[in-house]
Amino acid sequence: MNFMAIASIYRFEMARFFRTITQSLVSPVLSTSLYFVVFGAAIGSRIDEVEGVSYGAFIVPGLIMLTVMTQATSNASFGIYFPKFIGTIYELLSAPISFIEVVIGYVGAAATKALFIGLVILATSFFFVDIQIAHPIAMISFLVLTCVSFALLGFIIGIWAGNFEQLQLIPLLVITPLVFLGGSFYSISMLPTVWQNITLFNPVVYLISGFRWAFFDTADVPVAISLFAIGLFTAMCLGVIWWIFKTGWRIRQ
Amino acid sequence: MTSIVSVRDLKKSYAGGFEALSGVNLEIEKGEILALLGPNGAGKTTLISTICGISIPTSGTVRVGGHDVVTDFRAARNLIGLVPQEINLEPFETVMNTVRFSRGLFGKPRNDALIDQILKDLSLHDKRDSKIMMLSGGMKRRVLIAKALSHEPSILFLDEPTAGVDVELRKDMWDVVAKLKASGVTIILTTHYIEEAEAIADRVGIISKGSILLVEKKEDLMQRMGKKRLRIELSTPISELPQELADRGLEIAADGNALIHDYDTRSDRTGITALLKDLQNAGLKMTDLETQQSSLEDIFVDLVRETS
Ligand SMILES: Nc1ncnc2c1ncn2[C@@H]1O[C@H](COP(=O)(O)OP(=O)(O)OP(=O)(O)O)[C@@H](O)[C@H]1O
Ligand SMILES: [Mg+2]
Repeated sequence: MNFMAIASIYRFEMARFFRTITQSLVSPVLSTSLYFVVFGAAIGSRIDEVEGVSYGAFIVPGLIMLTVMTQATSNASFGIYFPKFIGTIYELLSAPISFIEVVIGYVGAAATKALFIGLVILATSFFFVDIQIAHPIAMISFLVLTCVSFALLGFIIGIWAGNFEQLQLIPLLVITPLVFLGGSFYSISMLPTVWQNITLFNPVVYLISGFRWAFFDTADVPVAISLFAIGLFTAMCLGVIWWIFKTGWRIRQ
Repeated sequence: MTSIVSVRDLKKSYAGGFEALSGVNLEIEKGEILALLGPNGAGKTTLISTICGISIPTSGTVRVGGHDVVTDFRAARNLIGLVPQEINLEPFETVMNTVRFSRGLFGKPRNDALIDQILKDLSLHDKRDSKIMMLSGGMKRRVLIAKALSHEPSILFLDEPTAGVDVELRKDMWDVVAKLKASGVTIILTTHYIEEAEAIADRVGIISKGSILLVEKKEDLMQRMGKKRLRIELSTPISELPQELADRGLEIAADGNALIHDYDTRSDRTGITALLKDLQNAGLKMTDLETQQSSLEDIFVDLVRETS
């Protein structure tokens, strides 16, 4: 393992992030604040409490998840797509490193950025609502796991994408709907039974549920299942990445 | 001589089925400068890419410093610096950062003093903190070279390093190459400028349609090229040279109608005047004179035409 190479990739990617830190943070923070105003204040004033938590606080975990998942995915996909697009990938291919170092470097950086943004949003939410975190360590662990697994997904998308449209496609077409329908802004128990059952096929439900449990100690599905779901998702991404590594798919001619 | 890069029966077909390399054999000697010449699409870049790990060989083997480039890729690539043909750089990064990044990728600890020296040698030092997008094309190409040198390779591949570089800078680059060679670095470069191959290469390889047609010492090629041939047509055929012309380096053409004299155009005195005087003294009548020069370019063009 070439640790120096991992550190180089990681540092290079993080430098890009910090160079545009304002841009990187302004948009997620602004949109989260809007969600608080619209959902928390306007709608929340009519919904008293969900599962014993004020509605404004109830949506915080879902909002963080929404941002973290999209950020991790788009950061990682862009991170690896960009060198492919401008041709600097030649350097990664001719360096004495294997695919493993490349994955750790890019996914690590993308996950860190997403985690950073997630924490900033959490901090922002303290301005709007009063929240206590029931299981802080579990909360951080869920957050980190989500960042890493969605960064892995993003990495796969970045390798697969042949143009910028495809790069945007998956986050727009798959992740955003799944997150919105995954109980970010409501409890699954509020849905009719049929929809409850359909929702259980949405993997994001388990992530949001588990994450919400870490905040409020209440969950739509048992925490163990949430953990299993995110573990499974991570394993699937790693499997695909291993296959890409084996075949050189879309990277080496 | 020991070969540091050894290519055996290398074939490379691209995804569409196009065979870009059809059985290349090439031994590159340690410390030499090898120039690869060949028309567009000959397979020069493909050959370099396959040695450096960017493309996967379809069949055959490539060894670098004794290490197989597929099975023992880390050890092989550790030795190699690559300057690609295309200018592939991150536009928003500074020169210094991208060069540092390259060094890190090769697992070498940060060494800014070394990088500063490399930038100075390439007359890029004043641009060290500039963004890449603010550099000219020739400067960008030198950044690519700096990146390849940053991890102190013992084998350097330069894929058309002087394309788009002005004459003066080309000379500077040759100086850098000469310096590297003096420090023991093996250099493989591709070029479309035959003068460039003449100026800096030890050996010249000619490649066309995915095959290597010839790899030869530059001196040997230069000898063919530096020679000029004078053909002297005679009014009456002869079968034997007159006594006084015996040591003039003359040959009788097959039909006896002409004399042939090979001479070196680069020497100050070609001896043509004396030769013609001697011919006259020997009583030979001349009807015509003709000179021909074979250049590396001629050799190149002939070879490439033969294969197509
Ligand atoms: N990725 C690719 N997919 C399919 N064919 C390719 C690919 N890259 C190169 N080729 C083909 O392989 C052949 C050799 O190309 P290569 O780039 O090696 O030539 P070259 O000798 O470097 O030419 P030039 O002097 O123009 O740089 C060409 O016919 C080219 O069209
Ligand atoms: Mg080429």
